[in-house]
Amino acid sequence: MNIVVCIKQVPDSDKVTIDRETNRLNRAGVPSIINPFDENALEMALQLKDAHGGKVTVISMGPPQAEEALRTALSHGADDAILISDRKFGGADTWATSYTISLAIKKLENVDLVLFGKQAIDGDTAQVGPGVAHFLDIPTLTYAKAIEVTGDTYKVTKVTEDGYEVWDIDKPCALTVVKEANQLRMPSLKKKMAAKKAEIPCWGFDELQPDEEKIGLAGSPTKVSKVFAPPVKLNKEILSGEPAEMVTELIKKLKERNVL
Amino acid sequence: MSTTKELWVFAEQRDGKIAGVVNELLSEGQILCEKSGYTLCAVLPSDNGAVLCQELYNFGAKKVYTIDDPKLKDYQNDYYSRAVAQLINEKKPEIVLYGATTIGRSLAPTVAVMVDAGLTADCTQLDFDVEAGNLLQTRPAFGGNIMATIICPDNRPQMATVRSNVFKKTKISENEAGEQVPYAVDLSGVPERMRRLESVHEADNTIDLNAAQFIVSGGRGVGKPENFKIIYDLAAELGAAVGASRATVDAGWISHHHQVGQTGKTVCPVVYVACGISGAIQHLAGMQSSDVIVAVNKDPDAPIFDVADFGLIGDLHEIVPEFQKQIAAAKN
Ligand SMILES: Cc1cc2nc3c(=O)[nH]c(=O)nc-3n(C[C@H](O)[C@H](O)[C@H](O)COP(=O)(O)OP(=O)(O)OC[C@H]3O[C@@H](n4cnc5c(N)ncnc54)[C@H](O)[C@@H]3O)c2cc1C
Ligand SMILES: Nc1ncnc2c1ncn2[C@@H]1O[C@H](COP(=O)(O)O)[C@@H](O)[C@H]1O
Repeated sequence: MNIVVCIKQVPDSDKVTIDRETNRLNRAGVPSIINPFDENALEMALQLKDAHGGKVTVISMGPPQAEEALRTALSHGADDAILISDRKFGGADTWATSYTISLAIKKLENVDLVLFGKQAIDGDTAQVGPGVAHFLDIPTLTYAKAIEVTGDTYKVTKVTEDGYEVWDIDKPCALTVVKEANQLRMPSLKKKMAAKKAEIPCWGFDELQPDEEKIGLAGSPTKVSKVFAPPVKLNKEILSGEPAEMVTELIKKLKERNVL
Repeated sequence: MSTTKELWVFAEQRDGKIAGVVNELLSEGQILCEKSGYTLCAVLPSDNGAVLCQELYNFGAKKVYTIDDPKLKDYQNDYYSRAVAQLINEKKPEIVLYGATTIGRSLAPTVAVMVDAGLTADCTQLDFDVEAGNLLQTRPAFGGNIMATIICPDNRPQMATVRSNVFKKTKISENEAGEQVPYAVDLSGVPERMRRLESVHEADNTIDLNAAQFIVSGGRGVGKPENFKIIYDLAAELGAAVGASRATVDAGWISHHHQVGQTGKTVCPVVYVACGISGAIQHLAGMQSSDVIVAVNKDPDAPIFDVADFGLIGDLHEIVPEFQKQIAAAKN
């Protein structure tokens, strides 16, 4: 089985703060991590490989340092890695990102399955998976938590608001994977060493030959017009004292707000 | 590009029932239409749209495009995206809004690349810039650290998804007038690439965090798994769903269905009661837009108090049972 996993390098949102004066993110010194949901996509791929053999290729689009995320993925057990990086791809929104990533996947042969995280925690958009699937003209299911290979198709369990659904979906297909699917295995020391030395090809404009109007900022229909700090709560009330009194006061206030 | 001056809401239905978020979007759509002068419409793919139109009129839709086909009875990404994209390409609306449900979050991104539209996910605020003619789409980013307003100046339609409970629904009346516009799509050319085998609803009200008006959530301060009982007891008294921080889920005290936050569920109840939760930014990202936030924590400096409307400083093991007792007493 040839499985492609798309991973994104994101700032660890634990450590991000906002400069209340300039409304910019303080990103300096903020460590980068593999988007947490992409770890679940990677683990799903590794488990399929364990069971059925084949190859897991991780792809990341981003600045040159996204290579780090790819090396981490290799140390967890991915076989190959490809970086998609070019100044011309900068400023891409999910539309342009989907298009660009799809061109890279098209260059790979005999892909059986393309996996994504449920969403990236920097933008939380959850759009790239279905977008890439459309450009590749393959069917897609979101929120996958389990997969089984059944001949020429896959049996996929997807999470819904109030339960789950089981789907039969043709090969190849694209899935976005939720956290409850699994937990990423630990990296092995041997793979870690190999990952450090691995050659990671970088595909840019020349390799992918994209339609210039569909990449980067120009290919992105959405534009950020303003960023600002989230509003702070005014009129908050802090109660302290005996539990019974606090609770009585709280209930009274909730009634005044017409919420109880 | 010549467009129709219409604002559309994707009328998601499951088992012949309109999703609650649709009516919320129609209510917000009315406000946007007053500002923009656009006509509020709904798009309803199903196997029999006629029976569902009245509800959509009642929440403000002036026109409902019904797309009927047996293949559209239940959601299937290939059929739905084809149907909606074809209608969009033909009528060219200005704006299309979708609920950020598991369905909307598959359909909208697929349609966006099919019709070359921008798509802004999970907006928490929508407004209309009358001068520029743009939809102003505001949403949190970076785990709630920052708010961004997104526009789509050059592409139409402008598309956005919005989570449940972000906007309030207001029914106009029980028998509003509206027009049903049937639209035919030919799906015979769309290959059948996926088939739903099974659909299971797990009827557990305590995990239906999206629909809940009240949520009582527990964090590491609860101390141990058995202690979640007081959280469940208070929730039962209030008719609330039960939420949890990631720390408790990771510790195995409660199932992941309950996790609220950036990597869990985003909730927007009328009242959110956070018990023994410190208020890490990733947790706040999932509950910050609740109408009223109550925090119970013994540490007066816990960041949860920064977003709380009402903060109770003290031991949750005393406060939570007391809260339950007083609510129970008030009922009798
Ligand atoms: C990429 C990423 C994604 C994440 N996603 C999420 C997410 O989706 N959701 C989430 O919740 N977290 C998430 N986290 C984890 C988050 O950073 C915090 O670690 C977590 O929310 C802490 O949970 P907590 O508040 O229960 O625990 P703690 O931070 O340990 O807080 C416990 C609180 O309980 C109080 N307390 C203790 N005893 C009592 C008592 N007897 N009475 C009253 N108060 C008491 C303490 O004062 C303290 O404030 C994420 C982290 C990362 C890095
Ligand atoms: N720049 C990127 N490089 C590789 N994969 C990406 C990139 N952006 C998004 N993805 C994948 O698409 C998923 C959804 O991302 P998003 O639509 O940004 O929320 C992520 O979990 C990744 O699997």
